[in-house]
Parts: sequence; structure tokens; C-alpha cells
Amino acid sequence: MAFTPTKETYAGKVYAVTIGTGDRAVTFGGENVLPFHSFEGTTPNRPLIAFEIQDVPPSDWPENAQKAFEGVSDDPVKWAKYCQDELKARAIALRLVGTHPDRENRSPEDAVKTVKDVLAAVSIPVIILGSNHAEKDTSILVAVAEAAKDRNCIIGKAQEANYKTIAAAAMANNHKLIAMSELDINLSKQLNILITQMGFDKERVITDPMCSALGYGLEYTYSVMERIRLAALTQNDVTMQQPLLGDVGMYVWKVKETTASEADLPQWGSAEERGIAWEAETATALLISGAELLIMRHPKAVAAVEKIIEELI
Amino acid sequence: MLIIGEKLSIIAKRVREAMMKKDKGPIQEIATRQWKEGSGMIDANIGPAEDGGEDLMQWMVTTIQEVVPLPICLDTTNASALEAGLKVHNNEWGRPLINSTSNDPERFPILELAAKYNSQVIGLTVGKGGLPADAEERAGIAAEIMARAMEYGVPLEDIYLDPLVLQIATSQDHAVKVIEAIKMFQEMNDPPMKTVVGLSNISNGCPKHVRPILNKYYFLMLMNAGLTSAIADAHEMAEALNEKKLLDDVLAGKEIDDAAKMKEIKKTLDVIMGNTLYAHSYLEM
Repeated sequence: MAFTPTKETYAGKVYAVTIGTGDRAVTFGGENVLPFHSFEGTTPNRPLIAFEIQDVPPSDWPENAQKAFEGVSDDPVKWAKYCQDELKARAIALRLVGTHPDRENRSPEDAVKTVKDVLAAVSIPVIILGSNHAEKDTSILVAVAEAAKDRNCIIGKAQEANYKTIAAAAMANNHKLIAMSELDINLSKQLNILITQMGFDKERVITDPMCSALGYGLEYTYSVMERIRLAALTQNDVTMQQPLLGDVGMYVWKVKETTASEADLPQWGSAEERGIAWEAETATALLISGAELLIMRHPKAVAAVEKIIEELI
Repeated sequence: MLIIGEKLSIIAKRVREAMMKKDKGPIQEIATRQWKEGSGMIDANIGPAEDGGEDLMQWMVTTIQEVVPLPICLDTTNASALEAGLKVHNNEWGRPLINSTSNDPERFPILELAAKYNSQVIGLTVGKGGLPADAEERAGIAAEIMARAMEYGVPLEDIYLDPLVLQIATSQDHAVKVIEAIKMFQEMNDPPMKTVVGLSNISNGCPKHVRPILNKYYFLMLMNAGLTSAIADAHEMAEALNEKKLLDDVLAGKEIDDAAKMKEIKKTLDVIMGNTLYAHSYLEM
């Protein structure tokens, strides 16, 4: 007798989200099964990895992450083009970290210029992120959402403290929106509800349950993502069917395993390989728990994860 | 169903101030109201009461029993404050209840007090190791508390097992586990063990308008599971009892006339039973 695998059927489906415009537009999400369970249903789109770039040189990144963008990272336009043209990125995530009051404290006008320049230089979809300073992000993201009007970007991140302003700006300029809560599934659902109660289309939201790096609380992110996916699929919870974001790079490239030098910890082996592996491992774990969108830094880590996706999908 | 009036707690600002100033007025007013609303016992929660706990507990017990003919649930972790309260408790109005012992060795001496003063005692099913993971673990701890009570000479009829209600906003899966534990506790002895819950913790952290709704239907679900008593708001529980038929009809799959009420009950049951994920706005979805 032939072997028949047991198959689950699910009541719900993850919303498919398309970002960007023209023939470089990309769609992710849309599956009606748990991650990579294609044998049980349909997974029409592969997860999307966006390369992280930022508005100011990445002096805060560890050397091995910086090195990968040597010669281009002094200018966000060069950096973006490098990702698109040389690294064949399908999307980029522009983090306006220089707007943070404790950093360069760049103004909304500065941020608008950076965003316009980057958008003019690339045709792939762009995710535009603030500096995660809830107050400053409201003025920055409102300005850049308008500057990026009709490029169908993702704007983020809207949090409990600032979602009204940011969601309104994303809505007025036809963007998608990242809704971020802090590792609490119930608050994640609540934020999605509040945003949709403003009239924001629930199918234009991306949920960020907050990332964490391997060894530094990854299991919490993993568990929240897994439970969100199960609620979306098995309970058909329409407030939890948004694609999930894993903002991997910024959490990974600050932990000891990616920053410690070989001189300090020779027994840990090559620092560069170690950092790449740490980012790829973290990203893969989140893909398996439910992430459809990843923001990553190191090209070799991205390549490794793309290969895993290719094998699993 | 025994309702133990919950309102006299040091956590409430007005009560705390009255306790500090030894102002009988607010304490007696609140106690009297709870008695009129149907409480069969009054909880006097003085907190850990490390300084002057003995005086404070005695003052609370006598202040309440001066105006209300009910027994007191003496609620503190301070064993000597408990003993002081038990000494002055007027048993003419019924036997006192100690809140609480547990499976933590530090709380074992409380069983000695229960035996010495012929008091009833709540056995909170937690150990030293933290919160119980599920109903089975709660039942396991309950068995240990029961065995220890017998060692100390406290009859099992005098034990109220408390499965520890957790907040639905952060520990949703425990709502069902507590209901299961209430059923399991009863099967652990013949006659069935008595049970009690600190009810309103279920809605702790939830929006103000949602709290009574969760409290009421959770109470009714626990009651259906055989709960014998609850530390709760007597007024709210009286309302809950008025709605019991509606809830039972919804549980039986019947339509009820009030469509809005039916929705409210269904959504709340779904959240309690874990069929939908809790969010503060769950009633609006």
C-alpha cells in the first residue's frame, strides 16, 4: 500500500502583500499553510528578504558587517544601487537611524531628501523605517511617507504610542504599514485592531512582533510568531493574518557572537563566518516560525537563507 | 455559592488610607454594602503587613464584625497577624477562613494556626517553584497540601482549594486550565473538596468596561464546573447569577432574544475557552 502523508487543512490564510511598482513589484505572504507546508495547501509566494541600508554610514555596525559594503555605505544612494545591481536584492530597507535624537538627530527635511534620492536611484521596492524613537518617528515618517507617495512602500514602525499619526500618513500616501508590538501576542493583536479601526485596510499591514537574536531571546519571538500563525490559520483570526516581519540584522549584529574579535575569543573561530552564521541561523528560525519578510544585513547570510528557502519551498 | 466580599483590600487607595488612619467609617461602610449585596464572608486583605500587622488585623476584624454579622477571610502572608486576627474573631457569625497556605514550606505554619483556632483555610495550589503549568500540576500540588493538612490536624472539609486565577490578558491559556482544575479538585475527596478563586484577577489589566463582563461569565463557567466559593464583588456576582440562564442557553447552542447580549456572551466564552486570541478590543471584533 502506498504511503499517504497525513495532511492538515487550515481555516485561514495569510494576506498576500505586494510592494513596489511596475515589473519590480514583489508579493509575499498569501499561503494557507504553516511555513513550508506546501504539501498541505498553497504557498504562492516565497518569503522576501530585504537588504538593510541606512541614511548615515554604518559606523555602529560591527566591522565584519561594515566590510561587506565598503566603498558604498558612505552614501545611501550608492549603497542602495549596490544592493539592487550587484547583490540582486529584491527589496531594500532604508533605516533612517540618523534621525534619532541621540544620533545625528537629522531633520524630517534631511530624511525626505535621502528617501527621494534613494527612490530615484532604484526600481526595486523600498521599506522605509524610522529610528524606533516613538516621538521623533511621527514627524520623520509623516514627511517621508509623503515624499514616497505612490511608490507603494512599506512605512514603519507604528507602535502603540504613535500608530495614529503614522498609520494616517501611510494611508494617505498609499503605503503598507509595519505594526510593531513588544513580544506580546495579545498586544500585537490589539494594535492590529486599533489600526484597522482607523479605517486602515487590514490587508496592508505587516506585523512585527519584535525580533530577537539567537541566544538572546529568539525563543520568545519564535513562540509569538508561531502562535500568531496558528491563530491566523487554525482559528481564522482575521486580525492575525498579516505577514510577519523579522527585523533580523539589527538584533543580530550587536550581540557578542557577532561582535567579539578573534583576538579576544580565538576558540570561537573566524569572526566573519561566525557573524554570518548567526544572522542566517536567526533568520532561518524565524522563517520556520512564520516570518514572510526579513530585513537582513550581510550578503552571505542573505545568500545562505535564500538557498534554504529554495530547498524548503 | 459563597461569595467572599473582595473590596476591603489594601490595594484600594480609599481602604489603604482608612487602614493607615484607623478610620472605621469607610471600612464599615464598604463591609456593610458587601453584606447587603450578598456576601457571606468579608475578605480583609492587609497585604504583607510587616510592621504592626497584628494590630491592623485585629482592628480590621473587630471593625468589620462590629457592624456586619459575618465571618472574616483573613488575608495576609504574615502569620502572627493572622493569629492576632483569629484571637479576636467572633465565631458567633461563623468560622473564619485563612487566606492562605500553599505548597511553599514558609506557608506550612499557617496550617498550625488553622488547627489551633479551628479555622478554615485556603490552600493555594502553588509551590516554591513558581506558577503551576496546567490543571494536572495544580491537582498534584493540591494533593500535597491535603496530605499536609491531615498531618497538621486540619480536616479536609476545612480546606478550600484555590487553583490561582491568572490574568487573561497575559496568560489566556490558564483560563481553561483553572476551570479544569476546579473539576479535578472536587474528585480528590468524598465529599468533594471545597474550592475558591480570586475571581477578578482574570480581568486584571483589561479595559475597565471589559472587566465586569469577563468576571461575570468566567464566574458562571467556574460555577458550572462546581466552584463552591469566590472572592469577588458581590454586586457583580448577583448580576452574573441573573444572567446564568442566558449563558447556559448560549452554551446549549440556543438563540437568545437579546442579540447584543448573545454576541457579548459568545465572544467572551470564545476568549475564555481559548477559541479566539484575547485582545483588549475583543468585544468590538
